[in-house]
Amino acid sequence: MRAFQAFTGLVAPLDRANVDTDQIIPKQFLKSIKRTGFGDNLFDGWRYLDEGHPGQTANERQINHEFVLNAPRYQGARVLLARDNFGCGSSREHAVWALMEYGFDVVLAPSFADIFYSNCFKNGLLPIVLDEETIEKMFDAAQSDGLVVSVDLESQTIVPQEGEAVAFDIDPVRKRKLLLGLDDIGLTLAERDRIVEFEKKHYGQMPWLPGARG
Amino acid sequence: MAGQTVYDKVWSDHEVGVREDGESLLYIDLQLLHEVTSPQAFEGLALNHRPLWRTGANLATPDHNVPTERRSEGLAGIDDPVAHEQVVTLDANCKAYGVTQFDILDKRQGIVHVVGPEQGATMPGMTVVCGDSHTSTHGAFAALAQGIGTSEVEHVMATQCLAQRKAGNFAIETTGRLSEGVYAKDLVLAIIARLGTAGATAHTLEYRGEAVQALSMEGRMTLCNMAIEAGARAGMVAVDDTTLEYVHGRPFAPVGQMWDQAETYWRTLVSDDDAVFDRMERFDATALAPFVTWGTSPELGVPVDGAIPNPDREADPVKAESIRLALAYMGLSADQPITDIQLDRVFIGSCTNARIEDLRAVAQVVRGRKVAGRIKQALVVPGSGLVKAQAEAEGIADVLIEAGFDWRDAGCSMCLAMNPDKLGPGEHCASTSNRNFEGRQGHAGRTHLVSPAMAAAAAIAGHFVDVREWI
Ligand code: SF4
Repeated sequence: MRAFQAFTGLVAPLDRANVDTDQIIPKQFLKSIKRTGFGDNLFDGWRYLDEGHPGQTANERQINHEFVLNAPRYQGARVLLARDNFGCGSSREHAVWALMEYGFDVVLAPSFADIFYSNCFKNGLLPIVLDEETIEKMFDAAQSDGLVVSVDLESQTIVPQEGEAVAFDIDPVRKRKLLLGLDDIGLTLAERDRIVEFEKKHYGQMPWLPGARG
Repeated sequence: MAGQTVYDKVWSDHEVGVREDGESLLYIDLQLLHEVTSPQAFEGLALNHRPLWRTGANLATPDHNVPTERRSEGLAGIDDPVAHEQVVTLDANCKAYGVTQFDILDKRQGIVHVVGPEQGATMPGMTVVCGDSHTSTHGAFAALAQGIGTSEVEHVMATQCLAQRKAGNFAIETTGRLSEGVYAKDLVLAIIARLGTAGATAHTLEYRGEAVQALSMEGRMTLCNMAIEAGARAGMVAVDDTTLEYVHGRPFAPVGQMWDQAETYWRTLVSDDDAVFDRMERFDATALAPFVTWGTSPELGVPVDGAIPNPDREADPVKAESIRLALAYMGLSADQPITDIQLDRVFIGSCTNARIEDLRAVAQVVRGRKVAGRIKQALVVPGSGLVKAQAEAEGIADVLIEAGFDWRDAGCSMCLAMNPDKLGPGEHCASTSNRNFEGRQGHAGRTHLVSPAMAAAAAIAGHFVDVREWI
């Protein structure tokens, strides 16, 4: 997992509550050998007017120009602003993969569904819970003049280009894992020296093992 | 210090360290890879720019959804586009990372759990993992072999380690010997019927005692294969002469002085006399009859001379209800004798029972006989290309084809029906595989788990018969 770095980015407002993972990535796209390739089908049912199937390219599709992410002013957004209970429904991790591949690094919402919330941390997406009032103000800003914010996980702040900084809470262990880019593999790799040391002894004692070839 | 079990010994020889939270980092000697659970793991490596930790500790072959016909066409013989893509992806990943693969056209291709031991890649005392629950098969070699999920596959690829807590020790103590016509499959079905499918949860089984020592390596693999069906983390058998004779001379096995060195170590892989087991169950093999499962869980099995249980006589209401549900799905009635169950198809294959001895047992039963008219299909799918070649060389294939069996190429096939080999709705199948879950062998299909000899006799009779009367 890549380490989470502070950035400044555009906010795209998705003005709906209870957005479920089926809407984030519909089920016909799960039959895949990959963990990537979902970005084009993020919110497929809203982004396009026709029904999507795996294997199509985006330019074969009929774009729904009404959908907020298709508006020219929100292109390149890195922060998704959402409503209550974002990510409810099926536990598919593909929902997180799709959001990240599309380009989002942060989702802001008043609340998240549990499984989605923890899936975010396994993959390096930062979900931030903010109070209703702050979220409401951000919607106003994002929908009128547009909103660009700086997100800093280290100091746990969101700083709009104009206006006051907003602080947010996060579990310290999760914060550390995100900042260091530590997924489970990352954590084990932090013990690299120990593993290498073990291997020396192990293959010395058991040179017949297939791994002894390197 | 108390003595150690085989599991204790292999575990401690692979423990890299214990973390603060009590989890151990366990070093993995061999990872087996196949087309279905490896693609996302390889992709995860690539996305994170991580190398494969140790190339030589991986071995791959496609098995889960390869078709068992038109093999000479290679990739072009795979009609299902998703299956095709998965096999192509395995090829590409193995090339990119330098992993040894027995590809679809390689004679050594086959079910991973048949191929590993056959090549001598599975050796005593190793830790083995694979993204497949029946990895427990390799425990027959006193290896600690475990099935893992895709994220763990990636973890092992990247770190050569698995983070986990140690399981408990559970002894399956056997006495006596299996009689003629009764096999390791029957023994393990009897064990699962008694323990239940969650009976060994959080434990590693060690199969011990006279009946196990008398088994060939192939029989021991059948026992360990189904350890997972009793809920166990893994199944193991201690090293003895039978183990060493099997491994000796195989392609991956050490030779010369290195063999001697390995043998010295391997000989220590037996449980000490004063080893402590957390749990123990005794089984007498002497009077054991062939087993047949009648329901939708591997624990729902009875001896072939028995009858289907009656839920009305079951005291536990939860169990009674599960019997009723299973009977409804299977289209069977309470108290029905097992030998009355009429069959539509027969499947001889899978990592449980698709090795040469299994096929020999089948040939012994069917020689000079014909598949019953009511059987729509009697499928024989060897566990590997080498098993197939061996069976052809021994004349087994001819005997089977003569009797009316379909003789196919190696793969998982109708064990899980990801390829075109499937049961139709409502069809009853005598199957040598390991799972009889609803829909496992095809939508609404009905699976009965049995030994290869029992499946062969059922193919000839059209219903279950006691194969002991035929041998
Ligand atoms: S034969 Fe069946 S149980 Fe064995 S690896 Fe293949 S699908 Fe799994």
